[in-house]
Amino acid sequence: MRRILKLLVAAAVIGVAVGLWLTAPDRVAPERFASLSGDVAAGEKVFTASGCASCHHVPGAEDKLILAGGMAFPSDFGTFYAPNISPDPSAGIGDWKVIDLANAVMKGVSPKGQHYYPAFPYNAYNKMTDQDVADLFAYLQSLPADATPSKPHDVGFPFNIRRSLGGWKLLFFSDDYVMDVPADLERGRYLVEAQAHCAECHTPRNALGGLDTSRWMAGAPNPSGKGTIPALTPDKLTWSAEDVAYYLESGFTPEYDSVGGHMAEVVDNFAHLSAEDRAAVAAYVKALPAPKADTSGSSSY
Amino acid sequence: MKKSFATVAVLATLATTAMAEVPQAVKARQGQFNIMALNLGILGGMAKGQVEYNAEAAQAAADSLVAVSMIHQTALWPEGTDADSIEGTRALPAIWANIDDVVAKWGAFGEAAKAMQAAAGQGQDQIGPNMGAIGGSCKGCHDTYRAPQ
Repeated sequence: MRRILKLLVAAAVIGVAVGLWLTAPDRVAPERFASLSGDVAAGEKVFTASGCASCHHVPGAEDKLILAGGMAFPSDFGTFYAPNISPDPSAGIGDWKVIDLANAVMKGVSPKGQHYYPAFPYNAYNKMTDQDVADLFAYLQSLPADATPSKPHDVGFPFNIRRSLGGWKLLFFSDDYVMDVPADLERGRYLVEAQAHCAECHTPRNALGGLDTSRWMAGAPNPSGKGTIPALTPDKLTWSAEDVAYYLESGFTPEYDSVGGHMAEVVDNFAHLSAEDRAAVAAYVKALPAPKADTSGSSSY
Repeated sequence: MKKSFATVAVLATLATTAMAEVPQAVKARQGQFNIMALNLGILGGMAKGQVEYNAEAAQAAADSLVAVSMIHQTALWPEGTDADSIEGTRALPAIWANIDDVVAKWGAFGEAAKAMQAAAGQGQDQIGPNMGAIGGSCKGCHDTYRAPQ
């Protein structure tokens, strides 16, 4: 009896140790960023393509470059609030080094070693090049500082245990691209999958909040309430590549309805990219395969 | 048996029709947006070069946009016609909670339409930039006040 108990205790200790090891935050090797220097102008392009301001600007504010956060993102797991990422040293990221930003966007890990919630799309940004992250850092540090403290997330048990996000990452974190593409679609794929993180809304999620990559861009319920986020897959989307590119530039659909919801913010970003980049995104979208049949029954995000 | 089944089916259809009856004010406001879309389509087709530029047709389309912008909106947006209260609309309740902002944004559309009116007859290359401005005014409202499909 005593021996069995001992064995059980030992097994539990090992189990916890393995669990902690598996869920421990992974970090970027600092050498990768030691010799990189960031360029502010190039960083602005990364910032625009990645849609940082679309979530981190103050809700309702005219100046979308004051990144004091506060926008609410309701989900099945609770409501997340975009944090302050302005260069204020205490409320924002003013005291960060480039490696801190790299760990945040490429690993989803804070400077103190906590996991970030995947409402922050690091599972897309982890595909960015190191140089793009260094440029982005330079640009972010050039923006106006704001001392408004970040609003705490409103997330209940057990999702409020940050360590459990290590398990989420084990299941879903991947810096491999989802779609295999020929060389001429690589730019579009980089914009869509690494920067603009289109799939975060356009792809349905499983019960644990991971993207269902077998139904990549097949449309999903609107995470913030009414309606659905439309499918971009060829079984649903009938627009031509030119239609997609014009929509991203002007916000007009082929029927001259106008963009709405959070996508209006996305169009604001794409309108500032080059015509070549919009065409590249459109080409990627038109190359998407039809999704596998929906077997999940519900895609409850 | 067959007959009663048919009666139930007919009644059910009638009931659904009655429930789906969209208030006239909602139809009217959606109608004005359709008039906008139709005329923007004429201008957009010319801007993109899909349709040959015609100064008169461009001017007429721009004039129509201005005409829509001059419709008084109060009667089109009665309380209780938001997407949470009725079917058949994507108008969010936030419209009624922020009416001053909505009115200002409607005014911005009017300004953009006037700029298009002044430019549309002056040449094909004048349309594109004004399309951008009008699109911006549409987005300005739709990003917060309209639900996705």
